[in-house]
Amino acid sequence: MLEAIILTVITAATPLLLAAIGELVVERSGVLNLGVEGMMVMGAVAGFAITVSTGSPLLGIVAGLVAGLAVSLIFGFVTLTLVANQVASGLALTLFGLGLSGLLGEGFVGTPGIKLPSLSIPGLTDIPYVGRILFGQDILVYVSFALVLAVSWFLFRTRGGLVLRAVGDNHVSAHALGYKVIRVRYLAVMFGGACAGLGGAYLSIAYTPLWVENMTAGRGWIALALVVFSSWLPSRLVIGAYLFGAVTILQLHAQPLGLGVPSQFLSMLPYLATVVVLVAISGNRRATRFNTPACLGAPFVPDR
Amino acid sequence: MGAGAAERTHGSVQRIRTGGGVPLLEARHIVKRFGDNVANDDVSLRVMPGEIHALLGENGAGKSTLVKILYGALQPNAGEVLWKGQPVTIASPAAARALGIGMVFQHFSLFEALTVAENIALALPKGSDMKSLSARIETVSADYGLPLKATSRVADLSVGERQRVEIVRCLLQNPELIIMDEPTSVLTPQEADQLFVTLKRLADEGCAILYISHRLEEVRAICHHATIMRRAKVVAETDPTTETVGTLARLMVGSEIGEVTRSKGTPGAPRLILKALSLPATSAFGVPLHAIDLSVAGGEIVAIAGVAGNGQSELFDAISGEREAPQDGMVTIDGQPVGAHGVNVRRRLGAAFVPEERLGHGAVPGLKLSENVVLTRHGTGEGIASGGFTRFGLAGKIVEAVTHRFDVRKGPPDPEARSLSGGNLQKFVVGREVDRTPGVLVVAQPTWGVDAGAAAVIRQALVDLARAGSAVLVISQDLDEIFEVADRIAVISRGHLSAPKPAEAMSREEIGLLMAGGAEKTAGGAHAH
Repeated sequence: MLEAIILTVITAATPLLLAAIGELVVERSGVLNLGVEGMMVMGAVAGFAITVSTGSPLLGIVAGLVAGLAVSLIFGFVTLTLVANQVASGLALTLFGLGLSGLLGEGFVGTPGIKLPSLSIPGLTDIPYVGRILFGQDILVYVSFALVLAVSWFLFRTRGGLVLRAVGDNHVSAHALGYKVIRVRYLAVMFGGACAGLGGAYLSIAYTPLWVENMTAGRGWIALALVVFSSWLPSRLVIGAYLFGAVTILQLHAQPLGLGVPSQFLSMLPYLATVVVLVAISGNRRATRFNTPACLGAPFVPDR
Repeated sequence: MGAGAAERTHGSVQRIRTGGGVPLLEARHIVKRFGDNVANDDVSLRVMPGEIHALLGENGAGKSTLVKILYGALQPNAGEVLWKGQPVTIASPAAARALGIGMVFQHFSLFEALTVAENIALALPKGSDMKSLSARIETVSADYGLPLKATSRVADLSVGERQRVEIVRCLLQNPELIIMDEPTSVLTPQEADQLFVTLKRLADEGCAILYISHRLEEVRAICHHATIMRRAKVVAETDPTTETVGTLARLMVGSEIGEVTRSKGTPGAPRLILKALSLPATSAFGVPLHAIDLSVAGGEIVAIAGVAGNGQSELFDAISGEREAPQDGMVTIDGQPVGAHGVNVRRRLGAAFVPEERLGHGAVPGLKLSENVVLTRHGTGEGIASGGFTRFGLAGKIVEAVTHRFDVRKGPPDPEARSLSGGNLQKFVVGREVDRTPGVLVVAQPTWGVDAGAAAVIRQALVDLARAGSAVLVISQDLDEIFEVADRIAVISRGHLSAPKPAEAMSREEIGLLMAGGAEKTAGGAHAH
């Protein structure tokens, strides 16, 4: 029972973690892309379509990644090159992604999908209790953790990460020092799009291998909120995503028990718990100030 | 002699310092246009090795544009730059740094969220690891008397310390030329003295410094050579040590700076009265106001001197109504007790207020000048806003009038407030209020960061306003300014205001004593602690 719950928690948390780690990098560069939901749902439809038509979930994953990246380039072009308002453009991107994915996916509704196979290492996967949890996941679960570690290392240990944080903190100064603010932000936006696409593909290939319109069901927005509540720190993102996943699954298990608590209240719990815990651990105001990208959402126009 | 100095033109005064060697940096016939606005018109400049070279000019004369071109942040439309005699194209700041040109910016180019070491690493070429870099930062900074801790966050540093970070960042690039844009404008006198020691040492070691400033005294004290710009052109080159502050100022402004002419006024009835105005401090860093008594009559200027942070901003807020006093009787404007009323009530009675911080407090950066006019006049009943509609046509006319009277230099007719240079914006925010001919004008730091020519215009406007019957209260840290305009002077110290005395009866020494705490004893003459 416990093992089963943990396994479902992991599958619930992984798409959030994938989308959020991408958005974290985007926001660290000073760009607020509210289109995560739209990029995710595009990744979901593209991943499903390619998986079904080629029979290969791995190709489907690649397709999801490419779809998310492609949609993010629209956002990048509109907000970075044309310097449009980031909030409005991000919202538009979400609506655009939801609409286009519904159109593209119309023929796939009801088509049975192919599930991404889970890892199976003889010996390791068969270890009682922990074997399936540690060694029996699908590849994207491992990818999500690898991404968190890689992003953490990149942001705080490499020069490229330093430049990215500098661009997010003060784009005027970064420009004055000769860094290519717009190029850095394009790369960050593309990374964010690819990650959101992966997260979407996970939903339609691994979580529930089928396509229904609007199947992201608000997960893009939760990923966005997680980024903010984690104070833009990758490690806290893991806590947030898994906490959210865990409370979601637990309240699902609690609903049929008839505890006398309205089901609507239980549905609300994951959001409440995540916000409360993340706010509590980001109690250090000074550190939060340092980690908040000061240029978040601000347009940049070089003066020349 | 003044006329002779003004006629010296570019090239006619050659300073022989290094035996006529090759200039380290030479700019020839630089032209830079922004739309129709010419910021640099055929500008030439030569900086010799080991020289502290001043670049002087009024606000908007084109100094900042020129140094941005030399640092690669802007590209000229015409002209060439020579480095050690060789023509070079400085395509980017990175290219400038590679040549050996470093820059310390006027508005710091630091990243607040990052540490000192990270900030410096960003300006250095790739490849040095953080640990050895941190060690180098601490050695070099201690060596030059600019101690820094590599792991401090910039957000936690004082303004002076931030400047150290910028300077150390330059030094670690082993520059041959450091460009400094108004480095002392943000420093305390002690910090500035320390900076001069560092600069002299750098020059002795052979590093040239291009020093932009309009503080003429310090240019005379530390610079070997000065290039003076006016209205986008180089108008003179000179050795500042042989000039006086007066002759330098004349070269900069292009004409005799109008001495403020001041006839003896006859004070009329009191128009602004503060009576036992006391307010608690709003934060741990705030200053409480202690029973302040002051009366300003129509026709006179009263000035409040004091070291920054002794309650000036609290007093300004209490008089302007940004912070309301507990009792109406504490502030009286033209006979109406308004202490517990807000800004609009006071403005409607004919009062006007110019706060110290011009961008953000005195004007909204992202709004046009005409919109900024509306912001201080919407509630004054002058017809600019009525029945829920705003007459932007009228606001535009006011902008035109202020522009004309105070010589506000701006590109388009109605630009955003943030696009104006500091001095020009100051002229605008003061002009906007003076244009109303207010019965009571309260102005904090009226000429902060404004060049000599513009300062004279602003001060004359204040004097003229008072002589026409208004009551003018000036809060300033600039004693020269206070003696130039004030009829009576009071001193604020830790929230106590000394009893004002006629300017003729005040000496600088006396003001100094009052600033150092004497004001608390003479405050109101009544209460002791």
